[in-house]
Formats: sequence, structure tokens, C-alpha cells
Amino acid sequence: PSQCDLLCSQNYPLYIRSVPTENELKFHYTVHTSLDVVDEKISAMGKALVDQRELYLGLLYPTEDYKVYGYVTNSKVKFVMVVDSSNTALRDNEIRSMFRKLHNSYTDIMCNPFYNPGDRIHSRAFDTMVNSMMMQVC
Amino acid sequence: MEGVTLSEAEQRYYCDLFSYCDTESTKKVASNGRVLELFRAAQLPNDVVMQIMELCGATRLGYFGRSQFYIALKLVAVAQSGLPLRVESLNTVKDLPLPRFVVSKNEQESRHTALYSSDAENPASYSGVIPPPPPGRIQGKKGSVSHDAVQQRTSTDQQESTSPIVSPQQSPPTSPHTWRKHNRHPSGGNNERPLAGPGPFWAPFSEVQPGSSTSSDPIWSGHSPPPHQENWVSFADTPPTSALLAMHPASVQDQTTVRTVASATTANEIRRQSSSYDDPWKITDEQRQYYVNQFKTIQPDLNGFIPGSAAKEFFTKSKLPILELSHIWELSDFDKDGALTLDEFCAAFHLVVARKNGYDLPEKLPESLMPKLIDLEDSTVGEQTGEVGYSGSPAEAPPSKSPSMPSLNQTWPELNQSSEQWETFSERSSSSQTLTQFDSNIAPADPDTAIVHPVPIRMTPSKIHMQEMELKRTGSDHANPTSPLLVKPSDLPEENKMGSSVKFTSGNTVTDGYSSSDSYTSDPEQIGNAVTRQRSHSGTSPDNTAPPPPPPRPHASHSRSSSLDMNRSFSVTPGQQQAGVVAYPPAVPPRPQPSQGAGPHVHRSVDADGLIAHTSTSPQQIPEQPNFADFSQFEAFAVSGVNKEEEDEIETHPEVLQVEKPSDSASSLRVAKADGRVEDKAPANVPSSAGKGTTPLAPPPKPIRRRLKSEDELRPEAEEHTQKTGVIAAVLASQPSIPRSVGKDKKAIQASIRRNKETNTVLARLNSELQQQLKDVLEERISLEVQLEQLRPFSHL
Repeated sequence: PSQCDLLCSQNYPLYIRSVPTENELKFHYTVHTSLDVVDEKISAMGKALVDQRELYLGLLYPTEDYKVYGYVTNSKVKFVMVVDSSNTALRDNEIRSMFRKLHNSYTDIMCNPFYNPGDRIHSRAFDTMVNSMMMQVC
Repeated sequence: MEGVTLSEAEQRYYCDLFSYCDTESTKKVASNGRVLELFRAAQLPNDVVMQIMELCGATRLGYFGRSQFYIALKLVAVAQSGLPLRVESLNTVKDLPLPRFVVSKNEQESRHTALYSSDAENPASYSGVIPPPPPGRIQGKKGSVSHDAVQQRTSTDQQESTSPIVSPQQSPPTSPHTWRKHNRHPSGGNNERPLAGPGPFWAPFSEVQPGSSTSSDPIWSGHSPPPHQENWVSFADTPPTSALLAMHPASVQDQTTVRTVASATTANEIRRQSSSYDDPWKITDEQRQYYVNQFKTIQPDLNGFIPGSAAKEFFTKSKLPILELSHIWELSDFDKDGALTLDEFCAAFHLVVARKNGYDLPEKLPESLMPKLIDLEDSTVGEQTGEVGYSGSPAEAPPSKSPSMPSLNQTWPELNQSSEQWETFSERSSSSQTLTQFDSNIAPADPDTAIVHPVPIRMTPSKIHMQEMELKRTGSDHANPTSPLLVKPSDLPEENKMGSSVKFTSGNTVTDGYSSSDSYTSDPEQIGNAVTRQRSHSGTSPDNTAPPPPPPRPHASHSRSSSLDMNRSFSVTPGQQQAGVVAYPPAVPPRPQPSQGAGPHVHRSVDADGLIAHTSTSPQQIPEQPNFADFSQFEAFAVSGVNKEEEDEIETHPEVLQVEKPSDSASSLRVAKADGRVEDKAPANVPSSAGKGTTPLAPPPKPIRRRLKSEDELRPEAEEHTQKTGVIAAVLASQPSIPRSVGKDKKAIQASIRRNKETNTVLARLNSELQQQLKDVLEERISLEVQLEQLRPFSHL
């Protein structure tokens, strides 16, 4: 179970995708709480805007174990990924590559003149990419 | 998920269906969209469908794996046959009819299965473009099918298939209604369908499946060309394009007309003629031309791009929802650069048209629409057509794979577009590279121009000297602190003759001589000289003035008698020496005087000879030296100089000989210097000569000199001593007069002064050497005497 979330600079979601679909609400909640940490990190490091990893092990409740990874682009678009901690096979590099793919897909979307920044993302290509990515994780 | 046992027919059928749904060609996962379509086409209630999905485990997994898919299909069959959905029923129910799907694509599939069952006679002779004999094909199919129903089916199918294919769930915009009515047809046919086993399942297909046509194509690729072609045929029918009409025999004219009407009504005028796409997404020439014209209205340059904003405006006119336009854009903008090339534009246009006509947008860009810059056939997909892009149905087959492979889509287009879209690429990537390259290029250029100087010179002595010469040159004509030599070019030649150090200097002198010769020409341009010098130095380029065969030096014998140098220096000095001329380089010019011992005159002559010889050689070696011209003067002078020197050091005859050579040169130099020297030497000579007791001193200088000159050339060096003395005397004698060199006036005087100084130094050195030798000899004598005395007592005894 994992969720991929894409938030814009104003911290409202541009894209949310969960696999599987249950517990989505919980994921939403998790993502929003993680935003605080993301903002903190952004402000902390002035120059290095790209934080490819934000490990929320600290937030692990006894009942919940998941890892939250964050990624910020230069335009303050945040990608948040929540993955199950039981997924120990996931390595940092994989997460990074996933974020990279997300970023690339996002830029492709931006290239679309019909896309207005700030809109929800409905791109099928993006969906496909995210789906395939999530399947790898799960 | 328990395993599912499938009959052979089922196996094939399911496999086909799976391939059909496997839009991404993952061979493992069936596209959810497709599966859902399929299930809906099964005409089962939604909850049943959900149940099926749950049972097969797809909901759990989130996707349809092959096994899940098969199970689902089986469950569909179970459901359709009215049996309760149970997992157990999967394997328990025997003779389960194949699931029926009301979608036309399924029909095709079933047709396909029918074919399978019947026979594989219709070879997959898939020609990309709508094959001419579709009717024949169809007929063939009909023949292959044993069932009447089948035949009926086929006809109905044909009819159905003729209708534009739109996936059922997508309610096509306008024209669909025409399709609907065809839907009914199949339904009728369906009922007659036999349910058993491998029999072709001609489920009544709602023909509307424009999308399915595209989707079905992939399925067909592998399997059933014929059905595919049927589809093609039908499909071809539906699109009202003229081309299609031409291709398609069928009875579907009415549909096409309807279609055209529909499309015409729906689309804005722009799209009128293009309306639907053919076989899946082929763009006819007509359409293409139209697109190209439209492209031109936005961007006159066909090789250029349409920026995203302009394209947005343009396509917004089509009144399609932004979402769909966005999707179209995603599909068509291959290289994701935010701009459309001609091909991309055509693809986008085509998609818009298709969408307008009710065709569902594909998930991936159909191959026929891919901007083809590279032969698409070499794609990983086994294109049956092998045609590039625009092929029809076969294109669909690949599309299933190529589109299904996003990466392929991405990379391909890049490859494909590489040729056409060099601009993009170049813009993206190469610009920076070129920039950097430029920078790097510039850098080296500058240094070259900037650098005038540090010429890497071979470290041959000559070269070194040349360097020095150059340095001197660049520094200043005379005042070259680097070496006193510089001051006087004349020194250089002399130095060459001296020892190593001397050599060095002589080298310099030589070079100087050279340089001087060079500089003569371009005296004011010191740098130029330097440059030239450098050139010569660096490149071992003998071209330049000083191909430094250091003439003086090589002649070891003439080490001292750098007559040539002297000469040269003398000759050179006039022009250059002005300033520090006097400072004769320590270079010990040919100390002619050492050789003074013997007849100065003779000696002189010898020296002169030596000088002459030397100089002669040197001139030859250094042709450019103007000195040579003055050589005669030098000789004379040198002679005189030599004489003088010889007188000074007459005591050391042996050394004189040695000195002769240098002294020769010196004398030669002196000769040149005659003017300045004369006075010095004359008195010096006289006393020296007197001291030496050489008689020859007396002779009048002039005659002697002249004689020397002649003798120089004539006399051998045999009578060194005498010659030397004679020379010296002659020199001395001649010096006062030095009538000849007078001609140079100031220059000559200065040159002579310089030479004299050089000679002085040389002589001084010679003197010191001789002194040393004297000491040695004395020591020996003392030792011998001691021995003698030691022996004497014995003798006494």
C-alpha cells in the first residue's frame, strides 16, 4: 500500500494516487502532516531546493509503519510518497529514481499548453506512469 | 487464486482477449480500461462485474494479471450462462460457453476464435493498408465458418463492423447514432449464435467501436489478419473519407455517408474533409494535405514548430473539452517540447478530427500518427507491415505494442524525430555544447596571437645563442643586460671561438652577427627580429637569418680565432655598436696576439690566414653576414691586431699558436676596427714588439698590412711564430695607419674600437693562459733541477 501525492506550491494537491484505494484518507492525512516537515526543510536549506528524501520514521505510530518521502522541485512543487514500511526492499535510490520519474512526467505535463499550472492533473500518460511505478512498489 | 483449467478453445479465446486487453503489451497485465470495457460488453450487471472482479482477485491486486483475467473471463462465461458466481464454479462447470461480449471487438475476437476453430486459413496476410480484397476475405471467412449463424454473423458483422467502431462505453458524439442502429443488427445475430465450445461466438457486437478498432487491432496483429481485415474493411467503410470509400467495397456506403454527414455537421469546417480516420488512425493524403495547409496558416515554415500557445488556440476552436485536448496534446507532442512539428501537428489534428467524430482517443499514439522520421518498422514490435507509420491496420498491431510501451514511444519519437527535429535537439542539447566549445576554441586562439615570445627552442648551443640573440634583440639592440655580448654583436662571433663560455658568447655573437645581419635589415624592429629570431630558433627553421651554424665555433682549432666573429662583429658593429660597443664582450676574441711570438708578420699572416680561413669558412657558413664584406678589412685589422697581441704575448710562442687562431680572428676583427685600434695597438705593438725583440715590428704598417692581407690569403700557417710576430708587427704597424678602414669613418672606428676591446679581452685571457703554462714549465724545471742535484751528489760520489 502506498500513495503518491503531488502538491503544488500552495500545498493543495494536484494529484493523488493510492494503491490500493483503501486507507486513502489516512494517506491524505499523513501527507498533510508531512507537509510541515517539508516546509521546514525547504526553509532550512536555502540553496538546495531539491530534497529527495524525507524519512518520516519519526512519525511511525506503533500501529502504523510507513515511510514518507518528500521531494521538492525548484518551483516549490512537492511530491510526497507514502510507502509501507514493510516494503523493506525499497531503497533510497529507488525512491530517488521514482521521484525523478515523477518529476520528468510532471515537466512533460507542464509542456502541454492545455495544462494550466494549478489544475488537477488528468494526464493519462502521467497516470500510466504513476501506476506502473506504484505497482513496482507494491 | 485458484488455477483455472481452460479448454483449448477457451485458452485461445482468453489469450486473444488478454492480448486485446493488454494494451501495454506487458503480457502480464491487462489494461484495466480494456478489461472494464470488455466486461461491460459482456452485458452483465455491474454488480456482477464487480463480483467477478473481486473473485478473480483483480481488485485485490489492483490490476488484471493473466490469471486473473482468465478467471474473470471464465466467470463472465459462468455469469452469462446464468450460473451463480462462485469460485468453485470455475473448475466445476464444464462445457462452459465462451464468454460473450457485446462489444464489437469481442465480435472480432470471437470471429477470431471462430477462425481459429474453423481454420487458420486466412493467413495473416495483413497488408497494412486496407487490402483490396476485403470482401473476398470476408467471403472467405464466411466460407470458413461453418455455421449459418456465422455467416449471418459475418454479414451482420460486416455491417456492424462497417460502422464506426467506438468502444461502447464511450458514447460517441454525433454520428454514433448511426452506429447504434447497426448495433441492433448484431444483437439479432447474436441470438443465433451457438454457444458451444469453440464455435465462433459471434456475440452481437455493437459495432460502435471506433476505439475498439484501434484496440482490437493489436489483438489481431498476432492472430487474425482476416478478421482484422474485415475490421479494416468495415472500418474503412465507416470513415467517410474518399480514400476509404475507395478501399472499401462494402455495403456500408450509407454508413459512410452518414458518417460524413455526421462528421461534417459536427466538425467545424476545418475538419470537414478529414473526418474520421481510417483504419485505425491512418491519415489519408487528402487529410494530410489539409493538415499541412492548416499548419501553414499557423507556421509558414513546414520545418518549423508551432508553439504550444498557438496550437492551443487552434485546437480550442474545435470545441473539444480541454481535457481531451490536453490528452491529444500529450499523445501528439512526441518529444515533449511544448511545440508541434508538422508531423505532430498532423497527428494532433487527426486525433481531434477523430475525436470529433466520436472515435475514442487512444491511450497511446497510434503508430500511423507517429511522427515518422525514422522507419518505424524497426521498432521492437514485429510490425507486420513494416511500413512506416501510416500503415493501417498493421499499424495497429504495433500500436498495441509501441504505444503500449511508453518508453518506446518516448525513445522512438526521439529517434524518429531526430532527423526532423534537429532543431529541438539542437536547441535542447547542443547549444550549450556549442557554446562551450566555442569558448574553448577561443581560448587557444588568443594565446597564439598573444604569444610572441617564448619560442621553444632547441637547446642546441646555436639555438641557445640564437635565443639569446633574440632576447637581446627584443631587449634592445645593444643594451642587453643578459650578456655583454649583446651589446656588441661583434662579440658574439668572437665568443663563439672562445671556450665554452666563450662559445656561448660567441654563439651569441654569432647569432648576433646573424641577428645583426637580420637586424640590419630591420634594425628598428627589434621585436621583429626577435620574432624572426624566434622563428629560426624555434623551428630549427634554417630559413631565418641565422641558421646557426655557428661558424666560428665548430672550428675547434679556431676556438680562439673567432676571426669570423671578429669580422662579423666588426662589420656589424658599425651599425650597432654605438652604445656599448666598446665593451668588448669578455668573449675572448681570437687572441691573435698570443700567437705573436714569432714573426709577427708571419704570424700575423698565419693568423690572418687562420682568420681568413676561418672567416672564409664563416662567411660561407653565414652567407648573410654582411661582415664578410668587410672581411678584408677585418683581416687587415686582425692582422694588425694580432700582431699587436702577439707582441704582447710573444713569450709564449706555443701558446701563441693556439692563440693564433683566436688571435687571427681577433686580428681580423682588429682589422676591422683598425681605426680605433690602430692607435692603441700601434703603441702597444711597438713596445711589445720591442719587448719581444721581434724585428719585424718595425716594418711600416701599411705595407705590412697589405702584405698581410695578401699573405693571409696565401700563407699557410706553417710559420706560425714568425708569422705571428710578423703579423703582430704588421698589425701594429698597420694599426696606426689603418688607412683602409678609415673609410668607415665613425662606424668603422666604433667597430674597430669594439674589436679592439674584444681582442684585448682575448689577449688578456691568452696571456693568463700563457702565464699559467709558464708557471708549469717553471715548476717542471725546478723539479728537474732538484732531481739533478739529487743525482749530482751521487755522481760526485
